[in-house]
Amino acid sequence: MRQALEGSQAVARAVASCRPGVVAAYPITPQTHIVENISKLVADGLCDCEMVSVESEFSAASVVLGAAATGSRAYTATSSQGILLMAEVLYNIAGMRIPLVLTCANRAVSAPISIWNDQQDSMAVRDAGWIQLYCADNQEATDATVQAFRIAERMELPVMVCMDGFVLTHTMEPIDLPDQDQVDGFLPPYHFSRTLDSGHPMTLGGLAGPDYYAEIRHAHHRALLASETEIVSADRDWAELTGRASGGLLAVEGDADAELAVLAIGSVVGTLREAMQEYEGAKAKLIKLRCFRPFPVEALQQACRGVRRLIVLERALSPGGGGILGTEVRAALSELSDPPVVYNYAVGLGGRDVPMDLYPRLLEAVESGQGERFSIFDVELEKLPEEDR
Amino acid sequence: MIEIRIHGRGGQGNVVAAYLMAAAAFDSGFSSQAFPAFGAERRGAPVVAFVRIDEKPISRRSQVREPAYLIIQDEHLLHEHDLTAGLLPGGGVLINSTRSSEALAEELGGLKVVAIPATAMALETVGRPVPNVALLAAFLQLTGLLPQEGLIRALEERFSGDILEKNRKLAELAVQKVPAGLWKEAQHATGA
Repeated sequence: MRQALEGSQAVARAVASCRPGVVAAYPITPQTHIVENISKLVADGLCDCEMVSVESEFSAASVVLGAAATGSRAYTATSSQGILLMAEVLYNIAGMRIPLVLTCANRAVSAPISIWNDQQDSMAVRDAGWIQLYCADNQEATDATVQAFRIAERMELPVMVCMDGFVLTHTMEPIDLPDQDQVDGFLPPYHFSRTLDSGHPMTLGGLAGPDYYAEIRHAHHRALLASETEIVSADRDWAELTGRASGGLLAVEGDADAELAVLAIGSVVGTLREAMQEYEGAKAKLIKLRCFRPFPVEALQQACRGVRRLIVLERALSPGGGGILGTEVRAALSELSDPPVVYNYAVGLGGRDVPMDLYPRLLEAVESGQGERFSIFDVELEKLPEEDR
Repeated sequence: MIEIRIHGRGGQGNVVAAYLMAAAAFDSGFSSQAFPAFGAERRGAPVVAFVRIDEKPISRRSQVREPAYLIIQDEHLLHEHDLTAGLLPGGGVLINSTRSSEALAEELGGLKVVAIPATAMALETVGRPVPNVALLAAFLQLTGLLPQEGLIRALEERFSGDILEKNRKLAELAVQKVPAGLWKEAQHATGA
């Protein structure tokens, strides 16, 4: 049913409709409302799960690991420093191939302290071995939550659903919440092939010496790559059921023949979509990257056929390196015989507003031949002392 | 598309005001979007919240820089920040103040201003100094943007019992404080 809901509230309702057995979380802005809302649904008898309040994110991740390994569908959510405190457990969850869903309400990372949105937090754990899906709006966040459980459980891999903190979590907008029947039909009861059982003792995540570690890592890498098919089919099946698709691995909008393209990830996509309609200028297409792990190399190559110039926008930074997303896009496209020139910019770090006129300013920068490897596009250098500019 | 900016301080229900307006708009058949821009999260700190209302789905996520209307929950903020920056020509400013609309209009360089003593009204009717519901009801009366019933249904979704009844009464009182449709023209002036 279509309702005006805050993003966090919609995600909480979506989680409840997946009938989790265990939810464990520690509050951190801007994730808090998600967990508060789940907690309320549990208290109101609308979600029959064990809600575990823990003393840290390290414990939250550990509790859901244990819960999923012992046969419960489990969920957690966090942001920023919280996901960094979880990092060790996140690698373990993925290495043990535990099916779990985590919502990352994307927030900048300290220091300096920032409670506001960018995607440094989830990018910091991109190599933990989780599937990562990025949401452009709250409808996608709602739908991706349900899809994530199916992908996680079919692949026996954890899935991180990334939604921009405040910009999505705290935004109220009309959202179609799936019916319980739809979710039940889409998501069968939880099943884990290696459920821990004291009757048949088994170890998960045990020691692997130099003779096997590389093989286990190879298999993990292969499993992530193979999950592309599952991510696409989950979105396709969901679209058949509800009429709503989120774009699978990535979605291309606008002029298919355009030689100029903008690739973006997360909520910036919505602003760009409207800006590209509002501002006259070069024909362009918009590439919404939804799946960052696995990195959809072939789909991206396909989307960039015929593109001469590609602007890659990101909400994170690898200091001393440059763009994270941009670097990966460049690497993927280098296999093309005639790859586009990539203009890589970070925008909206630490919650800086991404305005509509970003788009014409990007076009201007590209037109003027600013072929930079990477820069923070909206940095205001005059605020810095001379030596830092 | 109509864009509205709400200024106030943490604890005054700025975000709730934006959510109530977005819910009322949705209830009345529009697409809507409401979101806050927090400063430090604490009571008393300046908070801005944004509302967009349109007939088409709204996809942009940028902050509202050129609002058609401003709702100011704490008039003292007027002296601390340039709150009217970006207000579209012909746009209206609704202020929670015990001072006269004319005096405030003059102070703001001739902008279209309406003031109502929303905090005092809320204290008297609800027993809490939260001006948001009175301002929302007055805003809808001034602009005719959405029917009052939309606001009432949004209140019903959020509150219940005694608090709901008192807020319903507060909305009715606020409606009587301002002339119906005074700002209807502003919508045309802003191309909506």
